Amino acid sequence: MADATASGLAMPVVRQRTTLRRFARRRSTIAFTMALPLILIIAVLVAYPAVYSIHLATLNKSMQHFVGFGNFLFLFKRNTFWMVVEQTVLFAVSAVFFKALIGLILAHFVNNVPVRGQRIWRGMLLVPWVIPPAMSTLAWLWLFDPSYSAFNWVFAKVGLPAVPWLGNPYWARFSVILDNVWYGAPFFLIMYLAALKSVPEQLYEAASIDGANWFQKLWFITLPMMRNIISITVLFSLIVTFANFDIVKILTNGGPVDQTHVFGTWAFLLGILGNDIPLGATISLFMFPILAIAAVLILRNISKRGNEA
Amino acid sequence: MTATAEATGAPTRVVRRASISSNRRKALIWSYIFLVIFAVFFLMPPIYMLITSLKSSAEISAVTNPWVVYHPTLENYIGLLTSRQYLTFFRNSAMVSVSVVAITMVVSILAAFSLARMKFWGSTLLATGVFLTYLIPDTVLFIPLFKMFAYVHETTGIELINHWYVLIIVYPTLTVPFCTWIMIGYFASIPKEIDEAALIDGAGYIQMLTRIFIPVALPGIIAAAIFAFTVSWANFLYPLAFTTSTDQLVLPVGIITTLIKGDVYNWGQIMTGALLGAAPPLIIYAFLMDYYIAGLTAGATKG
Repeated sequence: MADATASGLAMPVVRQRTTLRRFARRRSTIAFTMALPLILIIAVLVAYPAVYSIHLATLNKSMQHFVGFGNFLFLFKRNTFWMVVEQTVLFAVSAVFFKALIGLILAHFVNNVPVRGQRIWRGMLLVPWVIPPAMSTLAWLWLFDPSYSAFNWVFAKVGLPAVPWLGNPYWARFSVILDNVWYGAPFFLIMYLAALKSVPEQLYEAASIDGANWFQKLWFITLPMMRNIISITVLFSLIVTFANFDIVKILTNGGPVDQTHVFGTWAFLLGILGNDIPLGATISLFMFPILAIAAVLILRNISKRGNEA
Repeated sequence: MTATAEATGAPTRVVRRASISSNRRKALIWSYIFLVIFAVFFLMPPIYMLITSLKSSAEISAVTNPWVVYHPTLENYIGLLTSRQYLTFFRNSAMVSVSVVAITMVVSILAAFSLARMKFWGSTLLATGVFLTYLIPDTVLFIPLFKMFAYVHETTGIELINHWYVLIIVYPTLTVPFCTWIMIGYFASIPKEIDEAALIDGAGYIQMLTRIFIPVALPGIIAAAIFAFTVSWANFLYPLAFTTSTDQLVLPVGIITTLIKGDVYNWGQIMTGALLGAAPPLIIYAFLMDYYIAGLTAGATKG
C-alpha cells in the first residue's frame, strides 16, 4: 500500500492508455477526487473571498479606481475608527476573560458534586450555548428594555435606582459583554470539565499528603495540566468574540453614539447598509492580525501534538 | 456522609477522606450554592422568554410583576403558527438547514476519509488548511462574498442575492471545515488493520467507507451533523446581508425584521417567535446531549 502511494506521488505523468486507466485507479487519484468538493468549497468560498477582500480594500467607493492605502488612511483619520478598535479589544478581551473564568469556576463546582448529578447540572448550564444567539439576544433586549426592564423592576423592589442598560454608553458596553459572557461561558465549562476529568487523581492525592491547600492544588496541578486546553479555548474564543456580530447588532446596533460597535457591525453598517463595499472590506481586514496570530499559535500546537503522537 | 462517599467516586479514597469529611461537605454545599446561582443566571433569559410568550399585550404593558404570568394565554403562539409569514421563515430555515447538513455530511465524510486514510500530494497541508479555514469568521467574508454574488449576477444572470438558497451555498463554508476536521479525528482512530483486512477481502475504497468507516464512526457523524444543523439554523449575519424580501428570510432575521415594526415592539410575539425558533436546536440537544457535547469537545481535543 505504501508503494502505491509512493509511485502515485513520483510519476503523475501519464503516457499510455493503460497507464491512464491504472492511474485512474490509483489510490492518490481517488483520494484527490474524494477531497475535491472540500477543496472547491475552501478555494472558491473562503480563500478567494479572503484574498478578494484585500483587493476590494484598495478600491474607491464606486470600485472603479485603485486608491492603494487610501481607505486605510481615511479610517486612521476618523475618531470613530479608533473608538471601534478600542471597543472591539475591550469587548473581546474582557468577555473572553470572564467566560474563561466563569467556565473554570463552574467546571470545578460541577466536578465537585456527585457524579450522578453532574449530568443534570451540565445539561442545564449548557443551555445558553444551544439557543441561537440571535434568539437569546432578543430575550436580553427585552430584559434590558428602557421602560419595562425586568431587571429594573427587581431593582426598584429592593430600592436600587433604575439602570439605563442600553441607553448609557458605559452600561451599553457592560450589557453587550454580559450577554456575550452569558452565551459563551457554557462552552468553556464543557471544555474545562472534560479537561478536569483527564487530570489523574493521584496527583491530587499526592499533593494532599504533602499538605497542599486547595489553592496550591489549583495553581500547581490543575492549571498546568490544563494549560493546553485553556490556551486553545481562549484562542478560539478570542477569534469568535473579535468577530462577533449578532449580539452587538441586535442588542445595541452599535449605539448609543457608536460606542458599542465592533469591527463586524461597523463593517456591516458602512459596507452593506452604507453601500461602501471597499470601506467595509477594509474594516473587516483589521480582524486578520488576530487571526494570523491565532493561526501561528494553533499550527505550532498541532505540529507539537503531531510529534508527540 | 453518604454524599461524601458518592462525591469521591473512587472507593480507595473514601477511607482517607473520612478524616476531612466536614471539609468535603462544606465544599459540596458551596458548590451547590454557586451552581444554583449560575443555573439561575444561565436559565433566566429563556425562562423569561417563556413567561413573556404566555402573556397578552395588555398584560405586558401593565405595571405588574414582569416575572409572573397572571393570565396565561396562547394567543401569541396561535397568532404566529397561523401566520403565513412566520411559517415561511420556518420553512426556509428548515430547507436551508437540512440541505446544508446533507451537503456538509457528503463533502466532509468523503474528504475526511481521503485525508485520514488515503493521502495524496498535499493532503497533510490540506488537513491543516481545513482547520485554519474553520478559524476565518463570517464577519471577514460577508463583504467579498456579497460582491462576488453580485458579480455572478452581472455576468451569468443567475440571481443569488435575495434568495434563500444563497444560504445553501455559503453555509457550508461555516460547517464543512469543522465537520471534516472532527471526522478526520474519528476516522484516524479506527485501527488500520481493519481496512487492510477489508482490502484483502477485496473491498474497494467506497465499500470500505460505507461498510466500515461510516458505521464505526457513526457517533462522530451524528455529532458533526448536529453541529452543522445548529450552525446553519443559528447564523444571523449571512441571511441579514444576503436576503431582504420577507418571503426569502430565515427565522433569526425574519423575527427581527418583521416583528419589530419601527419602534413598536410586540414583545409577546417576539419572545414567542424566538422561543419557537430556538426550539429545534433545544429539542435536538435534549435528546442527543451526549453527541452534542462530543461534537463540541472533539474540535479541541482531537487532532
